[in-house]
Amino acid sequence: MRNLERRALILVATAAASVGMAAEVNAQAWKPTKAVEFIIPAGTGGGADQMARLIQGIVAKNNLMAQPMVPVNKAGGAGAEGFLDVKQDRGNPHKIVITLSNLFTTPLATGVPFNWKDLTPVAMLALDQFVLWVNAETPYQTARQYLDAVKAAPANQFKMGGTGSKQEDQIITVAIEKAAGVKFTYIPYAGGGAVATQLVGKHVDSSVNNPIEAVAHWKSGALRPLCVFDAQRIPYKEKITATQSWNDIPTCKEAGVNMDYVMLRGIFMSPGVTNEQSAFYVQLFQKVRETADWKSFMETGAYNTTFMSGSDYRKWVEDAEKMHRDLMKDAGFLAN
Amino acid sequence: MEDLSALLHGFGVVLTPYNLILIFVGIILGVIIGVLPGLGGANGVAILLPLTFTMPPASAIIMLSCIYWGALFGGAITSILFNIPGEPWSVATTFDGHPMAQQGRAGEALTAAFTSSFFGAFVAVIVITFLAPLVAKFALRFGPAEFFAVQFLAFCSFIGIGRGAAAKTLAAMMIGFALAAVGLDTVTGRLRLTFGSMELLRGFNFLIAVIGLFGIGEILITIEEGLAFKGRTAALNIKIVLQTWKDLTRYWATSIRSAVIGCWMGISPAGATPASFMSYGIAKRMSKRGARFGTGEIEGVVAPETAAHAAGTAALLPMLTLGIPGSPTAAVLLGGLLVWGLQPGPLLFVEQKDFVWGLIASMYIGNIAGLIIVLTCVPWFAAILRIPFSIIAPVILVICAVGAYTVNNAVIDIWVMMGFGVVGYVFRKLDYQLAPLVLALVLGDQAEESFRQAMLGSQGSLSAFWANGLVGTIMTLSVIVLFWPAISALGAKLRGGGTADRIAGD
Repeated sequence: MRNLERRALILVATAAASVGMAAEVNAQAWKPTKAVEFIIPAGTGGGADQMARLIQGIVAKNNLMAQPMVPVNKAGGAGAEGFLDVKQDRGNPHKIVITLSNLFTTPLATGVPFNWKDLTPVAMLALDQFVLWVNAETPYQTARQYLDAVKAAPANQFKMGGTGSKQEDQIITVAIEKAAGVKFTYIPYAGGGAVATQLVGKHVDSSVNNPIEAVAHWKSGALRPLCVFDAQRIPYKEKITATQSWNDIPTCKEAGVNMDYVMLRGIFMSPGVTNEQSAFYVQLFQKVRETADWKSFMETGAYNTTFMSGSDYRKWVEDAEKMHRDLMKDAGFLAN
Repeated sequence: MEDLSALLHGFGVVLTPYNLILIFVGIILGVIIGVLPGLGGANGVAILLPLTFTMPPASAIIMLSCIYWGALFGGAITSILFNIPGEPWSVATTFDGHPMAQQGRAGEALTAAFTSSFFGAFVAVIVITFLAPLVAKFALRFGPAEFFAVQFLAFCSFIGIGRGAAAKTLAAMMIGFALAAVGLDTVTGRLRLTFGSMELLRGFNFLIAVIGLFGIGEILITIEEGLAFKGRTAALNIKIVLQTWKDLTRYWATSIRSAVIGCWMGISPAGATPASFMSYGIAKRMSKRGARFGTGEIEGVVAPETAAHAAGTAALLPMLTLGIPGSPTAAVLLGGLLVWGLQPGPLLFVEQKDFVWGLIASMYIGNIAGLIIVLTCVPWFAAILRIPFSIIAPVILVICAVGAYTVNNAVIDIWVMMGFGVVGYVFRKLDYQLAPLVLALVLGDQAEESFRQAMLGSQGSLSAFWANGLVGTIMTLSVIVLFWPAISALGAKLRGGGTADRIAGD
């Protein structure tokens, strides 16, 4: 019922705007009246933190908002601290949160009581990719060759490094194990940069680093990408190494490992805010996405630049939660 | 030679009026950030980062890294004057720095701290300038077992140097480990010791504990002892700087050893905090006056400060060449690099010459500028102790509370800080030492994580710690350091008795 109402309201709003009374509607539209707190449910220096601080910089540089945006890291309990803070601040329109997969994995793995349904979805900014990497000194040229070698070796002999425990990297590892019938020893590290370096130093055999975490080592010839865990190839065709671009990396499906996984970089708000209030942020982030700074950041990190808001976004998040629940249930990662 | 011309080119990039102004602004902001406990270099840089997006990348990183140098300098000030470490790596500075201030030697202690910081940083910058590619490869050899070995060495070099009863040291350390275990266990992804409380999710932050244990504890003690700071008679003369410098030349061996420890810890990258503790512990062992450490020995200020600043500076090397941050502040700077469109990694030195050599040149200039700024301020800093206790104590309390709040933006942390203050007071009354507790709290979960990662990799076999020359050497060294008092006592006994009792009694 609520959903229907909301949809009706959005329809009315769009209709009003399209009639050509834009100026008048804008004058009445909601705007922040004080500084907007931008919660980052992760530590400083990580992917979500970088993106949030870039957004803050873009908003300030291009004067997209009259009030300042203040990023605040609340990383405790694998991000639970940040999400709980937003959940408990019912009706506060001056607080937004950027997500990573811990929106789904943290409540499932730790039992901390929050769920995306406790929050108000605003917009999907981008999707972060995952790539299967090995050290370039190893003989494996394709995902198939590598996984065959893992299969041929005794179980647990090959080490997969990843960020955190029972989070996206380990979930992907379990999904690979299931799809390819192999068994890794998963070693959790504190951050993606550390994982990539451990792979260069051969302390682990492979990783599923995000592009931005490993690209420098690929460029320098220390790491080799085997496949990307998305349904399509990464579109960027500019050469990274002498011979390869992001687009030259096959998808894992093409390589015979039937699975895909992308990580949500999206925005949510506190529960109980009005449609006008969330609409303001949807527009704000659309403007952010138009800027050259944002576009070049997307290319550096080889992001999937899908944008969604409203009911599409809700549906996407709902499916993603179900997928996480299924994967984590199979892996035995659920807290309850 | 090629490096040298590149460096000169770098100086050319830095020596523009605009960049020089940024250097001074950065250093002064950094000192302020370093003085305020809890704010810290990482937070300070994170707050100012977005402001730099409109600058050219070279100017931006010059300013941000100068904030970082400034914070490294500033951390020592409150440690020495009020026993409140502004940064984690300043904790070891309090052990001798604060007793010196209480004896009226605040100026001396500050000069020693600043000069040592500068020396450590300078050695590290030289290492970065000439050995960058070589040294970067060394960091790659560090896997979980190697990291654990280094952390183990930090514990071993510090354990047993306490003056109190061994059982009390052990008890304090175990409390530290227990506190470090609260929160999310990164290896299993489960919550530990939170008892369903949402406030305990983030665990006990080291900075909040330290502000409480040292800062609030110190104020409680001072109130009991008569509402006045000791050491009001500190000399307020710039000459104190020159006199201290003359004394410092005697400790060249300690300085060099500490700088080497610092560079090594920064590059590996284990960080500035273990470097400062390890350096203090080893200096105490090697010094002829080791038994008097903790009562106001200038060497006890030199060792941790040199190592901390060397490590803090050297930490930028793995960040630039490998993209792994050696400190929380380096992690934020790393984010900045990516935002400016610079990809840290082995090719940064080739593709972004202006940027890299500009940054390295700014390390030289920034540190010299920083030293001049903080040294000229020594008399003023020391003069703070002359302000009546009734005025300065509330100010310190407010600054501590703001600091504790800033760490996580949580009001509850102010209460946690007060709780730790009471613990700090009780500990001192009962003659327990705070240092082992603090060491276990700051390194405990890192050491646990590395240990368990190593065990996962080796399928549970302890042989991982003697699997190659590097890790085996560090582990063996740790064990020797751990049993050094027993070994040296035994050696003395074998040489013929007499002195053994005295050494064992230390």
